[in-house]
Amino acid sequence: MSADLVAAAAEPPADRPGVVPVEPSGTGETGTGETGGHERVARPAEPTWRRALRTPAFVAGAVITASIVLAAVLAPLLATHDPAAQDLLNGLQGPSSAHWLGTDQLGRDLYSRLLYGARTDLRIAGLAVIVPFVTGVLLGTVAGYVGGRFDWVVARVVDTVVAFPFYVIVVAVVFAVGAGERGIYVALALVGWVTYARVLRNTTAVYRSSPWVVAARGGGLSHGRVVVRHILPNTLTQAVVLLMNDVVFVIVAVVTLSYLGLGVQPPTPDWGTMITDGKAFMATQWWLSVAPGALVVYTGIGLSLLGDGIADVWRAE
Amino acid sequence: MTRGSLRWLRRTALTVVPVVVGVVLATFFLLRLVPGGPAAAILGDQATDQAVADLEAELGLDRPLLAQLWSFVVSVVVHGDSGTSLLYGVPTRDLIVDRVGVTLEIVALSVVLTVLLVVPLALLAALHKDRLVDHVVRVVPAVGLAMPTFWVGLLLILVFAVNLGWLPAGGGDQGLRSLVLPAAAVAVSLTPVLVRTLRAQLLEVLDADFVATLTAAGLPRHRVLAHVLRNAALPTVTLFGLNIAYMIGGTLVVERVFAINGLGALMFDSIGSRDFPVVQGVALFCAVLVVLVTVLTDLVVNRLDPRTRVLA
Repeated sequence: MSADLVAAAAEPPADRPGVVPVEPSGTGETGTGETGGHERVARPAEPTWRRALRTPAFVAGAVITASIVLAAVLAPLLATHDPAAQDLLNGLQGPSSAHWLGTDQLGRDLYSRLLYGARTDLRIAGLAVIVPFVTGVLLGTVAGYVGGRFDWVVARVVDTVVAFPFYVIVVAVVFAVGAGERGIYVALALVGWVTYARVLRNTTAVYRSSPWVVAARGGGLSHGRVVVRHILPNTLTQAVVLLMNDVVFVIVAVVTLSYLGLGVQPPTPDWGTMITDGKAFMATQWWLSVAPGALVVYTGIGLSLLGDGIADVWRAE
Repeated sequence: MTRGSLRWLRRTALTVVPVVVGVVLATFFLLRLVPGGPAAAILGDQATDQAVADLEAELGLDRPLLAQLWSFVVSVVVHGDSGTSLLYGVPTRDLIVDRVGVTLEIVALSVVLTVLLVVPLALLAALHKDRLVDHVVRVVPAVGLAMPTFWVGLLLILVFAVNLGWLPAGGGDQGLRSLVLPAAAVAVSLTPVLVRTLRAQLLEVLDADFVATLTAAGLPRHRVLAHVLRNAALPTVTLFGLNIAYMIGGTLVVERVFAINGLGALMFDSIGSRDFPVVQGVALFCAVLVVLVTVLTDLVVNRLDPRTRVLA
């Protein structure tokens, strides 16, 4: 384990709707006094991609993430069966040459369903993070930069959303809007932005009074130009790292909602409904439920490592 | 009442009151998200316009929005109630009070289990900073973040109920024994993140001058550690206060896995029967509970730590 991973892990965990770390005292920034990577600054000439390749967290994360994304994209080529094709006479079979990972209770091929499940869940998670990301960055930046009443209102709305347990408010919204993909998008659009807004608000507020922003304003640049050219480039890196962690969180949320019957609706293959279906056969065919969950974890590890790696590479710059 | 506690009260009121107002508004407007309105959703696609209009009149949904909001607020503030259950015909408050006990037991138990898991692990990592134990303890969070709580519950059932047969796989009928696995599922999924944070805080405390002084004065290591732990206790309390929402949400979902008849079951059953007021009630209750716990932890920290009083 090299210094890179250490530095990554030393960073306080991402601020997210559900899991809230205590910010280290001080600036509220990343410094816990032991964030490594400073020695890197001595070699500024090194291109970013070279540094990325020497960051173990980044490489490991990229490889894992790429493998699952490829599996999802190439699912039609890699799958051995139609994921929805039932074969009731061959239900609940163990692994065999015909069905590499066996079949579920309806005789559907587990291996093929896992691949297509990746396709469904990754697509939904990928789409579901876009609106919260954009709204959160926008509101957070404006609130942090403008301050005053607007900032107060945004902060209170954030407080309100955060007061609801994540799964309570998301489930309630999905229920109101209607179970399914649309419900997931609406719920996450309403709830997910707070993570970004909070963090971006704080960093923007710090940068607002920094010498270079004051200088830029003094030099006659408009507020818009200062924000876009001088503040956002500094805050966006953090937002992107948050985004990587958020994708993990959203994948878990999509799978959880589907498990609860509120997310992806059958017959569309997805990991959450697969876990639900397999639950009844836990005593004999435990892998029916364990395998989809393990893939969620695998994907999550990949994305978290990638996020940590990106943070590392950027911090070194 | 001292000036400090007055200031605390004022500061708390300034943040809490807007949140409570926001929570009530959010719960009220939840119904506005329903495409076609709640009445149409309850009756289904086959309903005639007349039937929908009748139900709307019955539920008071045909009144002006502000009038509806007013009666909702009055109901919440005066009766602590979000309306009458469409299915059971009783105040939602009664349903929630009936079911909340077992849920709170699971939350409490998971707090205990989380402390038992987090504190030793964080201490272990902090004391062996940058050595193998530390790395292992800190790589695990990446795994923990990605584990759906309900899936952890299923794994626990698989191992401890199905294979080992130590604990029941579901139902709340065996008292505390049947709550251990659900609570453990919540604890396990929360632990990784907390370990990460608490470790960082322990390192800060270990770095403090008083630790060096005590060590230099020849105090045995375990007694120095006692001081360190005492100083790390407050951040731990804060940490739990901040994560109570996550624990409650996780518990509601996990109840589903273990077929426990608590608040989560109430929420999901009400979703199944399209019982809107009950879903609103559960959401409102959870949010208010979170706000209460947050205020309480803030109060405790404020009481116990003189530094926050000076800085406040």
